[in-house]
Amino acid sequence: MFITQVLNGLQLGSIYALVALGYTMVYGIILLLNFAHGDIIMVGAYVSWLVMAQLGLNPVLAVILSVAACTLMGVLIDKVAYAPLRNAPRLSILITAIGVSYFLENGAQLVFGADAKVVPAYTDLQTIQVGGLALSFPSVLTVIVTIVATVALTLVVQKTKLGKAMRAVSEDMGAARLMGINVNSTISFTFAVGSALAGIGAVLYAMAYTQASPTMGMMLGTKAFVAAVLGGIGSIPGAVVGGLLVGFAEVVVTALGLSVWKDAVVFLLLIIVLVVRPTGIFGRTMNEKV
Amino acid sequence: MFENVSRRQFVTGSAALALGLGLVGCGGNGGGESSGASGIKVGVMGPHTGDNSSYGLACLNGAQLYFKQLNADGGVNGKQIEAVVYDTKGDATEAVNAYNRLVQEDGVTGIVGSVLTGPTIAVAQASVADNMPCVTPSATAADVVTYGSNYFRACVTDPEQGRVMAHFASEQGYKNVATLYLSGSDYSEGVNAAFCEEAEALGITITTQQSYAEGDVDFKAQLTNIIATSPDAILVPNYYQDDGMIVNQARGQGYDKVFLGVDGWSGIYGGSENYADAANLHDCYYCCAFSSSNESETATKFVSDYEAEYGEAPTNFCALGYDAAMVLAAGLTAAEEAGLEAGTDEYKQAVIDGIAAGTVDGVTGSISYEGTGDPVKSSLIITFAEDGTEETFQVLEA
Amino acid sequence: MTEKRPIISTGGPQPAAGRRRSLSMPVRYAINAVLVLVILVLGELMIDGGAINRYQSTVLEQVGIYIILAVSLNIATGYLGQLPLGHAGFMSMGAYGCSIFIIRMSEVLGIGARDFVTGSPMTVLLVLGGLVVGGLCAAVAGIIIGIPALRLKGDYLAIITLAFAEIIRVVMLNIDSVLGFELTGGAAGLTGIPSYTSFLLVFGCVAVVCFLIHTMMKSRHGRAILAIRDNEIAAEATGVNTTYYKTLAFVASAFFAGVAGGLYAGCVGVLQPAVFGFMKSIEILVMVVLGGMGSMLGSALSATVLTILPEALRAFSEYRMIAYAIVLILVMIFRPQGLLGSYDFSLSRIIERVMNRDFPWSRKGAAPAGADDGKEASRDA
Repeated sequence: MFITQVLNGLQLGSIYALVALGYTMVYGIILLLNFAHGDIIMVGAYVSWLVMAQLGLNPVLAVILSVAACTLMGVLIDKVAYAPLRNAPRLSILITAIGVSYFLENGAQLVFGADAKVVPAYTDLQTIQVGGLALSFPSVLTVIVTIVATVALTLVVQKTKLGKAMRAVSEDMGAARLMGINVNSTISFTFAVGSALAGIGAVLYAMAYTQASPTMGMMLGTKAFVAAVLGGIGSIPGAVVGGLLVGFAEVVVTALGLSVWKDAVVFLLLIIVLVVRPTGIFGRTMNEKV
Repeated sequence: MFENVSRRQFVTGSAALALGLGLVGCGGNGGGESSGASGIKVGVMGPHTGDNSSYGLACLNGAQLYFKQLNADGGVNGKQIEAVVYDTKGDATEAVNAYNRLVQEDGVTGIVGSVLTGPTIAVAQASVADNMPCVTPSATAADVVTYGSNYFRACVTDPEQGRVMAHFASEQGYKNVATLYLSGSDYSEGVNAAFCEEAEALGITITTQQSYAEGDVDFKAQLTNIIATSPDAILVPNYYQDDGMIVNQARGQGYDKVFLGVDGWSGIYGGSENYADAANLHDCYYCCAFSSSNESETATKFVSDYEAEYGEAPTNFCALGYDAAMVLAAGLTAAEEAGLEAGTDEYKQAVIDGIAAGTVDGVTGSISYEGTGDPVKSSLIITFAEDGTEETFQVLEA
Repeated sequence: MTEKRPIISTGGPQPAAGRRRSLSMPVRYAINAVLVLVILVLGELMIDGGAINRYQSTVLEQVGIYIILAVSLNIATGYLGQLPLGHAGFMSMGAYGCSIFIIRMSEVLGIGARDFVTGSPMTVLLVLGGLVVGGLCAAVAGIIIGIPALRLKGDYLAIITLAFAEIIRVVMLNIDSVLGFELTGGAAGLTGIPSYTSFLLVFGCVAVVCFLIHTMMKSRHGRAILAIRDNEIAAEATGVNTTYYKTLAFVASAFFAGVAGGLYAGCVGVLQPAVFGFMKSIEILVMVVLGGMGSMLGSALSATVLTILPEALRAFSEYRMIAYAIVLILVMIFRPQGLLGSYDFSLSRIIERVMNRDFPWSRKGAAPAGADDGKEASRDA
């Protein structure tokens, strides 16, 4: 039972971590808490449903189209809703993000109805045997993909030219522009990467939980968001640690038989961490210039 | 790139927009309110938009189908029924507004609604002063009918369903039962509490009570806890979308024993979507008022009529909406036959008395009332065939 | 909304001494107080006389409740410049606090539900007491979250208030099993709340709340709060106790939200924790943002419009939420300061203008184009 619960926590935590990475990427570069991130995942799950259940096409195509749709969606949202507000107060852009999130949720409800849609299985492989333990394939895949994504993301940010540009823009947008960095395309690239991660998250989510509903992004988004803030928003290892922390916190509380308090504990954890370390576990403290 | 708009421009623009919307809205409303001189106005309300709209729309479809058939048969006492439909968005405030509007602006003589417990309680409290006859298709909390004698329901209560399943579990000889309910849902918590109380009285051990929160999709941690107590059956008193995920995940974790459910399970398989895999639905039993597998004459006719009208199989909610409309119509018939004038206090009281005294042969079984707003009616225990289709396992007479 | 029109009497641009005729403060307050009374009496007479039916008066009550919620959130958002996302949490504290107090006390005092409709002096006292208790409950919640939260800035504060509102919701759901007796009724909800909310009570509260907020914001304390919004570091450097004033603004905001919650409970008659979710907080925030952050009139106006419009447009209810979202985005892009910016209506200012024959149309040409927005920005500075 203990090992099963650890695995449960690991899978839940990995999904949160993957989604939290998207939050962290966007926040790192334009200091925006992208409330709509969870809803991009919802869009991805619906695309999978459309491709497989409605059009009857290949699961591989569904994965590709889901990730592509999410990437496109992320860039589009940035161009339409956030880009005009680059120089606006932070409050305005945060409210816009909430507006986008509501738009996506209610739009999906209008188009697809409030009932959940069942996403067909991507693969027949449901369990794999590892040393006498029957592991759920989606769980194992989720954990592996999260590890790969984290490593890849770290490499992109640290080793590539685009990553360098991203770090420069996040450090000082004005100075980066003066240095000849194309700020707008760098931001678009960040949104593309973050949203592609959301697309991957959508596929893994649909694989494990098989349902797409208009509000599915809400809870997932909120928890991942808590995870990102907990770990220190803007930090890649922070997102992973935060995600795992939230996942394990939920499983531990449930395992103790206190599942009604699960959400309260997660949010309390957030408050405590923020009070002790106002920028999260791995967050950089930013000194405000006078 | 983007010029900020000045206050004057903005105010003018928004005023123009609001005015335009207002005109369109009035036009829309005006079109809907074609009050026939000889018609009987009834209200139908429920959540037709928002998270719970699938339940509200199902009830609405059922009720409208009944009124349509009734009108085709000549209506009540020669008068056509005219349904005024309002959306409550699943919100108590909106429900009170919708109720007041139905009563004060539209002058309805009876109401079918609301659908969810919270809004229905709000409406029930507001309706006592008017003595307005109301029939809720699906608000299952015990409170709903306790405020005045004017409120009736077509469904059985949460506690009743919990007790029915406890007795079923006892008859089937399950010794250890675990539960997994949705915390924060009056429906799920209500069934769970009644089930546990009754089951323990019947000598069943409740091994563990686990819960999850709205929006959760991962039930593995709870299920691990439950499976560790090795129960003979798990009670899952929730709605079909969650039930489907729970059944799939539990089967994935190697649990192959019994699941017990209540009427929220209606629609888990064979409705708009198959929320659980057919292979996982073995040994699942739920109690319900209606199933499309029911072979009684009224039920089969309803199923074919409903499919002809809306192109999909009816769920439990559709049937309850249909029956609620039927119950209200029976009351209206009594008042009309007494020759009373619509809108008067005597008329309302006659409708209420008509409902309370009458027996209605509904698609969810025969419905009668014995001094309270709670119906005396039969229920079904439904199970699933190997291909996932529903089968009636047992009929429990009232 | 006419109901709150008289409350606000900002001084406006100070006239050069001796040249402009102006009203003294007592006269201003008197004019406004008389107007409030006239409107309240007029409204009550129309309801009693049947010119406004119960449907309309219930919607009006809700308008009043949302006005209080919006102007109270405006303290934290518009005046203090923070973004709390948990206003519904404070509202639920007030709603539960007030209704539990009233239910329990009416049991003790032997008052039946019917007495609240007739309105004996005892019930009036009890209801007012209940509203204060509701407000205090919310204020306590405001302090509990405010003190740790206000160490944080901007986004982090937004998240922590969101988290706290969710915790309040979970506690309301499960507190009964911890206490061992029935307090909130859990998921099934708190029922049997007497319908004590009336037009007179709601708009009386609207008037009092607007008056209190107005006087607070025009005082030394209000200026300190505005200074924090404009530049926290500069405010601290000039000797403003930022922690104290931030907490003050936060607690005041929570208190009034609690009062509105109490009125809401009496209006609807049933409370379920699920009602006070994130959605409700956003709904209130949309009102403030749309009306103009920092403008009481703007908040009240948009609260009115956004409560009445969905009722008028029942036919389009499907599109309501999506329209909210689009409006929110468009307003942020094209007019980030909202409908009225930080403009506030002042009756006294208009009267003074009339007294001085100083009309906008007689000054055409004198005021340069575009002064509109500039003025707004500078007024509160």
